[in-house]
Amino acid sequence: MSIRHTSPMSEVPQPPHRRRAHTSTRDLERYAALFAERTKVMRSSAMRDLMAITARPEVISLAGGLPDTSTFPPQSFAAQMTRIAQNNSAEALQYGPTEGFEETKDCILQVMAAEGMLPDPEDVIVTTGGQQAIDLIAKTLVDPGDVVICEAPTYPGAVPVFCSYQADVIQIECDSEGMKVELVEAALDRLAREGRRPKFIYSVPTFQNPAGVTMSLERRARLVELARMHELLIVEDSPYGLLRYSGEALPPLYQLDGGDFVIYLGTFSKILSPGIRLGWMVAPPPVMEKVVLGKQASDLCSSTLTQFFVREYFAEGRWRQYIEDLVEIYRARRDTMLAALHEHFPAEATWTEPEGGLFIWATLPSYIDTGDLLAKALRADVAFVPGQGAFVDGRGGSSMRLNFSGVTEDEIREGIRRIGKTIDEQVGLYEALTSGSATSSAPARAQESDMDAPDLPRPGVAGSAKDDQTVVPFRKASEAG
Amino acid sequence: MKVAVLKGGRSLERGVSLRSGARVEDALDRLGHEVQPIDVGGDLVKRLTGERPDVAFVAMHGVGGEDGTAQELLEILGIPFTGPGAAACARCMDKSLAKHLIREAGVPTPDWFAFNQAAFRELGAADALTELERSLGFPLVVKPSRGGSSLGIKFAAAESEVPQALVAAFSYDDRVLLERFVDGRELAVSVLGDEALPVVEALPAEGDRYDFEARYEIGRTRFVCPAELSEAEERAVVEAALATYRALGCTGFARVDLILDEDGPWVLEANAIPGLTDTSLLPQAAEAAGLSFERLVERIVDLAPKPATA
Repeated sequence: MSIRHTSPMSEVPQPPHRRRAHTSTRDLERYAALFAERTKVMRSSAMRDLMAITARPEVISLAGGLPDTSTFPPQSFAAQMTRIAQNNSAEALQYGPTEGFEETKDCILQVMAAEGMLPDPEDVIVTTGGQQAIDLIAKTLVDPGDVVICEAPTYPGAVPVFCSYQADVIQIECDSEGMKVELVEAALDRLAREGRRPKFIYSVPTFQNPAGVTMSLERRARLVELARMHELLIVEDSPYGLLRYSGEALPPLYQLDGGDFVIYLGTFSKILSPGIRLGWMVAPPPVMEKVVLGKQASDLCSSTLTQFFVREYFAEGRWRQYIEDLVEIYRARRDTMLAALHEHFPAEATWTEPEGGLFIWATLPSYIDTGDLLAKALRADVAFVPGQGAFVDGRGGSSMRLNFSGVTEDEIREGIRRIGKTIDEQVGLYEALTSGSATSSAPARAQESDMDAPDLPRPGVAGSAKDDQTVVPFRKASEAG
Repeated sequence: MKVAVLKGGRSLERGVSLRSGARVEDALDRLGHEVQPIDVGGDLVKRLTGERPDVAFVAMHGVGGEDGTAQELLEILGIPFTGPGAAACARCMDKSLAKHLIREAGVPTPDWFAFNQAAFRELGAADALTELERSLGFPLVVKPSRGGSSLGIKFAAAESEVPQALVAAFSYDDRVLLERFVDGRELAVSVLGDEALPVVEALPAEGDRYDFEARYEIGRTRFVCPAELSEAEERAVVEAALATYRALGCTGFARVDLILDEDGPWVLEANAIPGLTDTSLLPQAAEAAGLSFERLVERIVDLAPKPATA
């Protein structure tokens, strides 16, 4: 049996549609008056248009965050869906409980057990992807102006969530051992002096998105201790925990804490499929009670059909093997990308060496704006994610996120080569511009790895974190031999 | 009438172009025309020769669609099209060339210098920067010679910021301009046929004064149309815009961007294919002149030259 892709519209006769009258400028203004205050921080921009171009088929895109779903056997998918149709058709097409099915929770407990966690199933809620879990947390905990602490850089998809609930976001610098927890302490002290405290600390401690770094055991222990001491919540977002390619597994924050002050977010997206839109949250009962109400208001329940799919898939008992297969593939791709970076990126560039996950974070000399670099790279048909989206305060302008999981090794080699060439051209030009006697007074930014954002004015600098924290380089290309 | 709407393409402004195109298609549909949307790609000539539209509505922005490339093809194929011809498009697209022509026509445009990358890489043009910066003063504006929207346009407030701004601008084009910054009111005059539509003034939100991106986002820049100008100011602004339009050989429509300070208007550039999205300036100006979007589109189609008898 084969699965064919057909365009959903091609075989269906299109009904005669009535087109809405175009909106005039006055209409827009009329709607604009109706928009909630929180939409003002949701931006469209020229940069978003630029990102749209990265989807052109001829572009090698290292910009995605995609698992490689082509590795999932179609016949297995077909067999599971057939079984559902034969045995549970009516039920699978029906609404389900807001918290998710018990059977789905059993699967979730298996995944969490594989990472050393044993939560009470009562503390678990099935969500529509991990993204909904972040949204529900913010919806439940954040009033406008409340402080949220997260990493710098942070998961770019969390930024619009925090912004849409009008959180005051403080970002804490990372190094190769993850978020610098001593800076969290300093931030907490500073906030205390202002009579404020954060609602929660959001962290992706393992194979962080976008930086690819993993928080050390020492810092994990200290962070959990801080949370207990200050009675703060930590939101541990862990989409990639089982995708480890090297090094020793570290205990999740949830395990270290025991679930009193750590809310844990997981997802099937990276270990099975993002298309099924299933994630989960583990939270202490009082928080869970509110989250369930929030979810009810959002979407009543997550997809029943895909929960049945997960149940069938786990019943086959091959889910761990599939992850092991993915690990093999992704490890090779990561190694290929690291080798290509050594070969093609200039000596001034630095990048992280992730032990797992999907991303490498590269940082260029501060005079290069990776947004502008992307425009140039697109002319060479290659794309990445400019770093600025991972910050709320305009930093990250010289960094980029590179994905290695969704592209072949050949594409990785060629893509990195093209980006490297594009960077070389900019570095050469900058040197030509600054080496002359005419501009000798220009600061020699290029030689130092200072990762400050460029000095040009930036939109929406909200930055309470702007002054005292910067992202340090993780590793110099030149040190790597 | 059979109208092909050319949109999209490979330009960096593809997104805006798709929005312009969709809106134009909608209007043409309402006007009772037979609409053929074409997302411009490798099969453009094949599609045009196959479908033989009566007229092509060019709703492309940026390199490839606004620079005369598509227009040249349409001229060769003998298909009438909206907006300026190939030569005028090419003149508008190259900001440095356009400024030369504008100045020759006696219209004030801020002082500028244009360089290509080779000048810096091979001819040591960096050594001339200090002299040139002295002549232009700070802050100065660095922008790619070709390219629309705000991409790659930077302010340099001091000498030390110039190299970085140049590197950014060179990401979009091999030629860049350093231009004297004129501090004044930001105006846009859309020209339709031979007539100027009411002047639009852009009022960026406080704090976004130096952020070019803000201009393209709803809520961050307020537009006033018609702009509040004295009679004398309005006359000077409109005259400068029309003189620019003529100097560049535009036909059909175009939008001229200017700054007004105490010395009068300064023309920055002309856009051969101004945006037609619901936040774009040409439709706003048309609306202020009592012209609905449909009537605007109809007029633009009417202005397209009759088929060449070549």
